[in-house]
Amino acid sequence: MHARILGFATFAACLAVPAAAAVALSDAAGSYTISPAGSSIRFTIGKAGGGGFDGAFAHFKGTIRIDNGDVGRSKVDLTIYPESVGTGQSRIDAFLRSDAVFDAANSPEIQFRSTSVTRTGDTSALVTGRLTARGKTFAEKFTAELNGLKGGTIKFHVTGKVLRSRYGMDVGTPLYSNVVDFDMTLTGKRG
Amino acid sequence: MEESSVQCRSHTMQSITNTATRYGWATILLHWLIGIIFIGQFALGFIMVRLTSQRTAFELIQLHKSLGFLLLGLIILRIAWRLGNAMPPLPASVGALERRTAPLAHLALYAFQITLPLSGWALVSVSTLEIPTMPFNLFVMPNLPLAESDAAESFWAAAHWYLAYVGIALVALHVAAALRHHFLLRDSVLTRMITPSSGGE
Repeated sequence: MHARILGFATFAACLAVPAAAAVALSDAAGSYTISPAGSSIRFTIGKAGGGGFDGAFAHFKGTIRIDNGDVGRSKVDLTIYPESVGTGQSRIDAFLRSDAVFDAANSPEIQFRSTSVTRTGDTSALVTGRLTARGKTFAEKFTAELNGLKGGTIKFHVTGKVLRSRYGMDVGTPLYSNVVDFDMTLTGKRG
Repeated sequence: MEESSVQCRSHTMQSITNTATRYGWATILLHWLIGIIFIGQFALGFIMVRLTSQRTAFELIQLHKSLGFLLLGLIILRIAWRLGNAMPPLPASVGALERRTAPLAHLALYAFQITLPLSGWALVSVSTLEIPTMPFNLFVMPNLPLAESDAAESFWAAAHWYLAYVGIALVALHVAAALRHHFLLRDSVLTRMITPSSGGE
């Protein structure tokens, strides 16, 4: 019986975490530098006939600025170096780096500059911004979920879908979906 | 005039199938269609692996796969059509040696037209690149049930390459033999594969 009460108490404590995080978001005000060590930028592209194609970017840099009191004035800047793309298959990596996809030699950076941040929940926000790749810029949306705030470290889980055809990277459609699913963990260190 | 055109049309209708004296339109059409695709596939395969543009190479490889499956379908149809149809014999003037070797050369041509697309299918099935196959972007062609590995991919790539070179050599022999019949022996062997009426009826 005691064990049951204890178990229930633990469950209730877990439920209370988002509320605690909500308080944390406004406490989180400040400027952060994205730390590559605790961060990852992964993507998946669906394949015809099922399954998908996964990859990640090893090199990127960026900053997150959370406005004191007004989340809407927060800002996210992210630069990805497509040369660092990795899929676990070197021939595919070479293909992605080539002018068939990223053209990393001529377009060494993919940039995201946020234009607005809208809070959608206690711990979540919709980040809208301008994504530039291969000289083309379009508005894109990403969902950011606060995953933790401890000391000077803030952690977000960011997801979003990008249509690659807009950026001159439509090679392989419809064998490979036009939709690129991004899944990122961005860890920022204050200062 | 009108009567002759009606006659002509009914003649065309009847000339779809082979007879004991000539090839019909179905055999003729399949022959040239397969011939053009086969030679085109060799040229495409040769070019697509030598391009500097990875994008063009990727797209041409997908086209090569699509045409390969079309070729496989057409050759199966052609073999079925041949088995269910009459075969006009070689002209009486054809020598004894060629009477024996020509059917072997034709059998080899059929064998290569079957094994070449199959070896290509095996190659894409075992490739560690795992690129799906969608003939002409119409549907997903399943892979052959073969284990994927770099070693298997190298093996089937080499097999496909060697088969292609031997296959195109056979095609060259076939073309040379047809031209020899037409220009040197001046018999109906080439012309009867152009229209049904031009054979020795």
